[in-house]
Amino acid sequence: MTVRTHSPSPRRVDAVDESTGAGAAAPAPARRRPKGQSWRTRLEITVLVGPALVMFLSFVIFPVAMAAFYGFFRWKGFGPPTDFVGLQNYLTIFQDSAFLEALTHNGIIVVLSLVLQGPAAILLALLLNRRMRGQSVIRVLIFIPYVISEVVVGTGWSLMLQTTGAVNGFLENIGLGALKQDWLSDPAIAMWTLMLIITWKYIGFAVIIFLAGLQGIPEELTEAAQIDGASFWQIQRRITLPLLGPTVRIWAFLSIIGSLQLFDLVYIVWGQYVASTAGTSTMATYMVASGRNSGNYGYGNAVAVVMFIISLIIALLYQRYVMKRDTEGALTEGKK
Amino acid sequence: MATATIRPRLAPRRAEQKLTWGNPVVYFVALVVIALMLAPVVYIILGGFRTNAQITTDPAGFPAPWNIGNYFTVLFGSVFWQQVLNSTIAAVATTLGAVVLGVMASYVIARYPFRGRGILYSLFAAGLMFPITVAITPLYIVIKNLGLMNSLVGVILPQIAFALPVTIIILVPFLRAIPKELEEAAFIDGCSRIGFFWRMVVPLATPGVITTGILAFIGSWNGYILPLFILNDASTFTLPLGVQAFASQYAVDTAKVLAFTSLSMIPALVFFSLFERRIVGGLTGAVKG
Repeated sequence: MTVRTHSPSPRRVDAVDESTGAGAAAPAPARRRPKGQSWRTRLEITVLVGPALVMFLSFVIFPVAMAAFYGFFRWKGFGPPTDFVGLQNYLTIFQDSAFLEALTHNGIIVVLSLVLQGPAAILLALLLNRRMRGQSVIRVLIFIPYVISEVVVGTGWSLMLQTTGAVNGFLENIGLGALKQDWLSDPAIAMWTLMLIITWKYIGFAVIIFLAGLQGIPEELTEAAQIDGASFWQIQRRITLPLLGPTVRIWAFLSIIGSLQLFDLVYIVWGQYVASTAGTSTMATYMVASGRNSGNYGYGNAVAVVMFIISLIIALLYQRYVMKRDTEGALTEGKK
Repeated sequence: MATATIRPRLAPRRAEQKLTWGNPVVYFVALVVIALMLAPVVYIILGGFRTNAQITTDPAGFPAPWNIGNYFTVLFGSVFWQQVLNSTIAAVATTLGAVVLGVMASYVIARYPFRGRGILYSLFAAGLMFPITVAITPLYIVIKNLGLMNSLVGVILPQIAFALPVTIIILVPFLRAIPKELEEAAFIDGCSRIGFFWRMVVPLATPGVITTGILAFIGSWNGYILPLFILNDASTFTLPLGVQAFASQYAVDTAKVLAFTSLSMIPALVFFSLFERRIVGGLTGAVKG
């Protein structure tokens, strides 16, 4: 919406520009005096950015805006919404214990994802960040679960984790039959099962991101420390880890947002009804179950708005307080 | 076991000299991790070669004897191929759309000085914070009102829109890195900005473009929630929906489900092994950008 202001009033500089022509010198003065852009530059900007902006606004921004509107109605999805109920949907959401449970589950998943994946992935990345044989093969193999679709992962794991499935069978085969569990439906362990699947699926992503971050650290630093007699772990702790900070913070951000939006894995492994009894339901599965699957589109949109606001608040707080230093550069770069 | 089979296939491709063997502890840890990562994948693939009787007697055993029937049933049926076709159409169209629109927009954000370009960049970057899940309910209504239900177009358009933030975030630093001198030299030689775009920027940005294209492709290929909402007609199903439908239709026939599941992950795995460096490189760019 901000960019559209460029296109409507291009006439002002027409005369100036036509005298210089569209040739060599035209764009150069424009750079020095950003206010005096030629109509041609404006046209180029509009043509080049326009399509992307229209797509983005109509399929990303507009639906979210519409959700805010629909959320005020009791609406079954047919015809225009007419049954205005004000904030009733939102009151219902926050009084529904099923939603509050789902919200709690999301909170647990956010924390456990950071705690389980973060240290393990950093350690793995530190171990793998040296020139050695087979390095790239190891990287590729660790990354494989991330590339496989959630549906395949969910289907595979749900078959393996059934009471008569491969995990229990394997435990029995190696003589640990006592550890056999009802992995999926026992509320005491279902959340941990979910965390196992999540960790398995996404830790490769964390490792690759961290390895990429490690590669950006100049070798001279570690070499100098080595010459000064620092040990491998001293170097990691004093030099590598602090310099990896920005990468870790970005990963944590992506992980938090992903955990808040978690849907596919839970919905596939636990289905829409079992998830709440097993204690793995999330805001997103709640939204789909109570919105689309029961035909209450007004309510479903209200849940979407709540999810959106929660994610937005957390994202803004995180960017404000945790990533402040990292994003400053990125954002100011865009302006000048 | 899986590492042993895959390593020789990949190793010859790399011609790095002077690489030493690292610390054995590192290899041990790596092997354990890799075994944990691959075991479920291997289980799915091997499970497809077993019979239901074998799976019932010993859920965690090896195929004995090997039975290729499940794979043949899936491969010679039309359902699987229809879904491969649908997934391919959706993924190719999404990739093309995201890349073409993304390059154009990134070029402007990276190299045109104008007021509001910071806001424009932040607007697209903000899209990164909100995966498709949060918008899916209203998005479904938008698509329904556009009359695009049960059509791949209804999946492709939102996928392009949601792929744009990543594409732009990766490409903007890439395009900004093209030296100013190059641009000035081109202008002195009488090249317009658009000419510069076609003759210099597009060729120079190819590596970044490939990376973003791959990310868009895999995102579309694996996408689940959007097709789940938009595609209700079985003939329009993409592979993820197909896997789920197949798994519930043949719930008692575990071996066939495993065969279907492992066949459906092959394309993504092949694609990934072909472009592994680009993907990893792209993520590096995304983190630094």
